Amino acid sequence: MKESKNDRIFGIFNIILLVIAALIIILPFYYVVIISFTDPTEYLAKQGFVFFLNKPSLASYKYLLSTSTFKRATSVNIFITIIGTMLSLIVTAAFAYGLSRKRLVGRRVLQFIVLITLIFDPGIIPNYLVVRNLKLIDNIWSLIIPTLTSGWYIILMKNFFDSMPTELEEAALIDGCTDAGVFFKIILPLSAAALSAFGLFFAVGYWNTFFKAILYINSPEKWPLQVLLQNMLIDSVTSEAGQEGGEMPPAETIKMAAVIISTLPILFVYPFLQKNFTKGILIGSVKG
Amino acid sequence: MISKPKSLWSRLVRDRFLYLLIAPGVIYFIIFKIIPLGGLIISFEDYSPYRGFLHSQWIGLSNYIRFFSNKDFLLLLRNTLVISFLNLIFYFPIPIILSLLLNELRNQRFKRILQSIVYLPHFLSWVIVVGICYILFSQSNGIINQIIMAFGHNKIDFLQNPHIFWGMLVGQNIWKESGYGTIIFLAAISGIDPQQYEAAIIDGASRIKQMWYVTLPGIRGTIITLLILRIGSIMNVGFEQVFLMMNGAVSEVADVFETYVYRVGVQNGQFSYTTAVGFFKSIVGLVLILFSNYIARRFGEEGVY
Repeated sequence: MKESKNDRIFGIFNIILLVIAALIIILPFYYVVIISFTDPTEYLAKQGFVFFLNKPSLASYKYLLSTSTFKRATSVNIFITIIGTMLSLIVTAAFAYGLSRKRLVGRRVLQFIVLITLIFDPGIIPNYLVVRNLKLIDNIWSLIIPTLTSGWYIILMKNFFDSMPTELEEAALIDGCTDAGVFFKIILPLSAAALSAFGLFFAVGYWNTFFKAILYINSPEKWPLQVLLQNMLIDSVTSEAGQEGGEMPPAETIKMAAVIISTLPILFVYPFLQKNFTKGILIGSVKG
Repeated sequence: MISKPKSLWSRLVRDRFLYLLIAPGVIYFIIFKIIPLGGLIISFEDYSPYRGFLHSQWIGLSNYIRFFSNKDFLLLLRNTLVISFLNLIFYFPIPIILSLLLNELRNQRFKRILQSIVYLPHFLSWVIVVGICYILFSQSNGIINQIIMAFGHNKIDFLQNPHIFWGMLVGQNIWKESGYGTIIFLAAISGIDPQQYEAAIIDGASRIKQMWYVTLPGIRGTIITLLILRIGSIMNVGFEQVFLMMNGAVSEVADVFETYVYRVGVQNGQFSYTTAVGFFKSIVGLVLILFSNYIARRFGEEGVY
């Protein structure tokens, strides 16, 4: 069907609006990327008025990656992201699978408890005191253990296990397979795709860890990246970086390089994340 | 079928592997979800870490009375409500509008690219978002102020101005979450019966009219449900964003329950008092959630719990 003139105008207007929306999101990124690669002398000469790359420079990145604070924070992040994601996946999948088996005694009580934790949160201090009494304050494990799993993920994963046909399990059990065999040889391989999707969401959560760190971590050498970034970007502490000698690039270009490096892992997994939005949608829309 | 043993014990033994599986999760929930609930008791005590919460002095409602008679209380409540309502008014409609616009795109490739762009900020941490905001809006050398200066105007102190603070929060929230927020509406739109559009086209409805009379009513239920749910979480302003944006100049308009609990409780060690503050917040939150779910069901929508 041929479009009317009004509809064509509407279509063009629509595209313009959406392009503006996209630009609002992209431009800050673009500027940060450009500045992070700008030659320090050019940045200083132009007072930040740099919108295109004339002669790209890696000075800010080199400086940042040479500082021990940044390296340390990055290694903290890598540790909590890898170990945390693995532990979260194991605990969540195991618990959710157990809850999805109808023959489990006490299943309803456990489900009720999970549900309660979703609608009532006792607040920051009771959680803080538990971590303190466990002697986990200023311990890197405090960035993982207190949020190992959550009611949302358990319910989503349980729904996933519920949706798998029970015939699989029954057939295997009749063939003499044990419960463990069913779980490890049948359920887990079939869940690989779903589990990796959950894993990505856990990983992003751990990579972005900030709140737990300012609650539980006191020593700067145990800071994850987000706390270091907060110090650099918001409290403007960039000189502390601890590199001896050598020319230090302007604070601004270092800050932007820090933003880019710490965002790269997210950008890297983003295409895979995007594939799994529909699974994450409940989390994002309801919890957020 | 598997035979069903009768006694509880034999069932436990038979399903021992399942219990092994759930054990870590159960232990986690007991330690990090159940025990903190018991920890709320210290809000009725003059808690001393050395005595533990079983032996600290019982002082009844003193902490609550102290909080409600404190002028901080009204300030926290005002800031929480204002920030939430500003988000409700200015943020909430944006994902709806954005999804209506995205839905009108005829070029699917272009649509996918735009979606990839607008979803992205959701996955960035608040530190990154606030950090970029600081970079751009800084008074000394932020590019926004440089541009304002280039046009011959005076610099604006975006980050330390109590009059702009709430606007900055809402703006950041729009920038970060609007795109991701479209997902649920786009899903709802894709569920609309195509015959409705065909009928509208036969009636000669323009694309704007189709949007207004078919698409929008088609996602009405989703909009109402999400609106009610947001009202249910009005007490949750989001600690990280406010904490990161807060500074001495704006604390009057920035302080919310969580930032207050963090400062007075975790940093100054007034555990009992701030547990009472947190408990109050949680109770109000719980009532709002249950109420909003009840309302959502009355509207014929599925509640979330």
